[in-house]
Amino acid sequence: MSTATTHDEHHEHGPATGLMRWVTTTNHKDIGTLYLWLSFIMLLTGGAMAMVIRAELFQPGLQLVDPNFFNSMTTMHGLIMVFGAIMPAFVGLANWLIPMMIGAPDMALPRMNNWSFWILPFAFTMLASTLFMEGGAPAFGWTFYAPLSTTFAPDTTDFFIFAVHLMGISSVMGAINVIATILNMRAPGMTLMKMPLFVWTWLITAYLLIAVMPVLAGAVTMMLTDRHFGTSFFDAAGGGDPVMFQHIFWFFGHPEVYIMILPAFGIISAIIPTFARKPLFGYSSMVYASASIAILSFMVWAHHMFTTGMPVAGELYFMYATIMIAVPTGVKIFNWVATMWRGSMTFETPMLWALGFVVMFTIGGFSGLMLGVAPVDTQYHDTYFVVAHFHYVLVTGALYSIIAAFYYWVPKWTGNMYDEKLGKIHFWWSTISVNVLFFPQHFIGLAGMPRRIPDYALQFAEFNMISSIGGFAFGLAQVFFLYIVVKTIKGGEKATDKVWEGATGLEFEELPSPAPYHSFDEAPAVK
Amino acid sequence: MISSRLLRRFFAPVLAFLSFISMSSAHADYELNMTQGVTPISHQIYDLHMIVLWICVIIGIGVFGAMAYSIMKHRKSKGAVAAEFHESTTVEIIWTLVPLAILIAIAVPATATLIDLEDTSEADINIQVNGIQWKWRYNYIDEGVEFISALAESSRTNGQSGVADPTGNENYLLEVDKPIVVPVKKKIRFLFTSDDVIHAWWVPELAVKQDAVPGFINDSWAYIEEPGVYRGQCAELCGKDHGFMPIVVNAVSEQEYQEWLVAMKAEAAAVAASADKEFSMEELVAKGESVYAANCAACHGPTGAGVPPVFPAITGSSVATGDISDHIDIIMNGKTGTAMQAFKTQISDVDIASVVTFQRNSLGNTVGDMVQPSKIKSLR
Amino acid sequence: MSDIKSSHTTQPRKSVSAKQVFKLFMVPVLMFGFGFALVPLYDVFCEITGLNGKTGRVEASVVNQKEVDSSRLVKVKFLANSGNGLPWNFEPVIQEMEVHPGQIYEAMYRVSSKSDKNTVGQAVPSVSPVQASVHFNKTECFCFSKQELAARETRDMPLRFVINHDLPKDIVELTLSYTFFNIEQTKS
Repeated sequence: MSTATTHDEHHEHGPATGLMRWVTTTNHKDIGTLYLWLSFIMLLTGGAMAMVIRAELFQPGLQLVDPNFFNSMTTMHGLIMVFGAIMPAFVGLANWLIPMMIGAPDMALPRMNNWSFWILPFAFTMLASTLFMEGGAPAFGWTFYAPLSTTFAPDTTDFFIFAVHLMGISSVMGAINVIATILNMRAPGMTLMKMPLFVWTWLITAYLLIAVMPVLAGAVTMMLTDRHFGTSFFDAAGGGDPVMFQHIFWFFGHPEVYIMILPAFGIISAIIPTFARKPLFGYSSMVYASASIAILSFMVWAHHMFTTGMPVAGELYFMYATIMIAVPTGVKIFNWVATMWRGSMTFETPMLWALGFVVMFTIGGFSGLMLGVAPVDTQYHDTYFVVAHFHYVLVTGALYSIIAAFYYWVPKWTGNMYDEKLGKIHFWWSTISVNVLFFPQHFIGLAGMPRRIPDYALQFAEFNMISSIGGFAFGLAQVFFLYIVVKTIKGGEKATDKVWEGATGLEFEELPSPAPYHSFDEAPAVK
Repeated sequence: MISSRLLRRFFAPVLAFLSFISMSSAHADYELNMTQGVTPISHQIYDLHMIVLWICVIIGIGVFGAMAYSIMKHRKSKGAVAAEFHESTTVEIIWTLVPLAILIAIAVPATATLIDLEDTSEADINIQVNGIQWKWRYNYIDEGVEFISALAESSRTNGQSGVADPTGNENYLLEVDKPIVVPVKKKIRFLFTSDDVIHAWWVPELAVKQDAVPGFINDSWAYIEEPGVYRGQCAELCGKDHGFMPIVVNAVSEQEYQEWLVAMKAEAAAVAASADKEFSMEELVAKGESVYAANCAACHGPTGAGVPPVFPAITGSSVATGDISDHIDIIMNGKTGTAMQAFKTQISDVDIASVVTFQRNSLGNTVGDMVQPSKIKSLR
Repeated sequence: MSDIKSSHTTQPRKSVSAKQVFKLFMVPVLMFGFGFALVPLYDVFCEITGLNGKTGRVEASVVNQKEVDSSRLVKVKFLANSGNGLPWNFEPVIQEMEVHPGQIYEAMYRVSSKSDKNTVGQAVPSVSPVQASVHFNKTECFCFSKQELAARETRDMPLRFVINHDLPKDIVELTLSYTFFNIEQTKS
């Protein structure tokens, strides 16, 4: 154990043993692993809540849960998936990959790194504990619009506020670490425009995070003072404005959407060239497109609020700005397709997930464009069409990229190949079921079913049943994924150092598989 | 509706193609797609929706087609050898500018529709709509007709919203006790606000969806072309029974509308007159039971047990067993910052008197006192 | 990234400077402040654009009576709401007025308490359509200040207002709504 406490200084090759290894670790690979496991646990927790939702919606009528609990489920599902599953997974990938991709021995601020992870389990325990408290968990939706979340909220809202603060602090610390690492720790010769796109997109994401997470913290702080200290930020009675809450929330919320998708762009931009055996098409335009998406994301927030009674001029501006985002996003899609074009493609599991991402993220992009058209949003807003849209973007977008990243890099992490057959089953099982789950929701929404309702009129019955069946199948597929993950960690065919025939990048070309506990103690030279 | 005409001319060939396609599946159309609605705006929105949808479909066919071709032809197993190209400024400029042009083509008709949508001026009828947890109050401002519209009894169980098995229950969750009645071919302006949290009033066929924000007023309008019954729901999460506050708009001829107004006014006068009658304790308790089931049971439970601490119990409560004037006050005026509403704007004097008397002498409470409707009337 | 050389170098990397990390931490601190700054910014923004339908307020002396646009008539409708927990009846005395832009008018709301105790309320105004709100100015108003009513008191509350003559031409009708809230119980 004595070596464990000093391994920072002495470059001990190998981790300490036992539980304390994980509690005290400052190693970027350990912390990456912790983040990924937390994210997986949260994915299954939030998924279980989704199963409750889909079970209640399996057929019309109230059978399983009461409406208040149903609202708690949708709220907690959203919060856990956004802040617990997707964001920590990307931070975990950043921890594992960024130092290896830029030739750094670790993250720039390793002790802070430990802190930013270990805050999270407490935050989520606190959030989840509200389910068992008197008054029930928060039931005002993950967007927690005032005054439902202030004057009319249960007492447990204070736990929710504190949990959001902790998540925000964790994200900000993680983001600062990423920026400091990328700006300072690159191997000699690794200029900015030579960085892999995953590093680029994470750099942009990190800047978004430090810019908007504090705004969210501000919003929940205002909620807290409105609730307990007599302020009236969002209370019309005291001269406040409930709609202002939405402006502040979406000023955070829209960049947040890109926080959850930009790293995915980086992952896909790594995987497709490897399996097309052809360099990424338009590297620099990818960088510029990512940056312009990030900048645009600050200017479009009120497209979530077309029905709140904005003046026409405001609606027109936000409509134009919103549909403009289709341009840089389109560039990305076209670049990926051009990368495949005249390549020499093979379709191992990571490539399947990446292709699934490109197709289904594009579908989510199309419905996004439709939603951006303000007059038509009158009919789409707050219906299942919106639910279908953002699940296409976040499940078949963000989550698919995370799963693709797992299959792509896990041989490098563990030294073991995953089971190719099981991986392919996982892909097809997930892809068929996820479309059965979410595609009919477009129809339900267009036919007029509002979101966040525990029960619905009879004409929505068929598609809801189909959707629920897809939901159960998709949920089960991720339990199957857990089995694949455990199996791969325990053993399997040994991976080569390069892992993939077409792999590029420092982590594949310069490091053995599995990557040693301490890598790049000496910087590689990059020409 | 100049812009509607413009819109149609602009995309006439596209629309002709669309109607051709949709004819073959006219029935399935309703379930799968957005409603065309019954107002000029809803038609414009539908057309715009279809245009954007088909643009997406065409781009999708292009992108996915190229991907599919590439996946089929450029695979290693077929001996494909990777090319080396990785940039082309020309191509990249093209696929930046072409989408930009398409977006501008979408933005032009969208702007026209949006301006029409927001033009609420010169309405023939003004209706104020207040969202209340979880029902709607309608006020025909120019007529002095005001009433509450809530989920119909057929969609409830013991006063609680929703039923376990709605099979065969036509218009389940989409039926109200009192629909709003409006004339066709008149410009109707709706003014939205809320008594508590944010609600959103949405009737798909009228293409009206507008948030009702406490303290603020929003407006929207509809010009209904065909008589009919149009149904909608609340579209902004507003708490426990968000899924159970439907909207029913009954569009009728001008004559029927006028008859309805007369009947509504007569009914209101009759209700007001009934307040002067003396009632016995038994009468009030009996009447109060049904008033309780319709208005109170959703939160306070059919037995008065409530869901503490959010919805307090009636049984043994300090209000229902304490001073009767405080009890009347909270029922008439509600409690600030809670779902407890001001029922004086919702139910009659007789109803308030009977539900107060019922709560004090039933649900396990045995206070023994009562209040007459005339007393309630004096407190208005 | 095919141009990676496989030899290692011992060239030292840049070290992480405390100054840079401090600067990075300042970003979230500033953005947290910015979140709060959004509140006044939003008010300024609303005042310019009329975003949330809040109305303007001007001093009577500022209004130039000569600029009355008698060629134009605008219909103003008055609405009244009272929030939960306030035992008041609140209604406009006159439901509707036709006004010339530029001229000062007086309207009246009547509020009567049905309580046996003193009660306090505060009114919030809102104008629809929102585009009109910046052009609707009150020279005298009972809103945004506490109004205390004695038991069973009835009071007429006057409102003096002027519609700017730069009101967009396409607006021919606007609605002024007041909502009275109980501010005593709000923070209970």
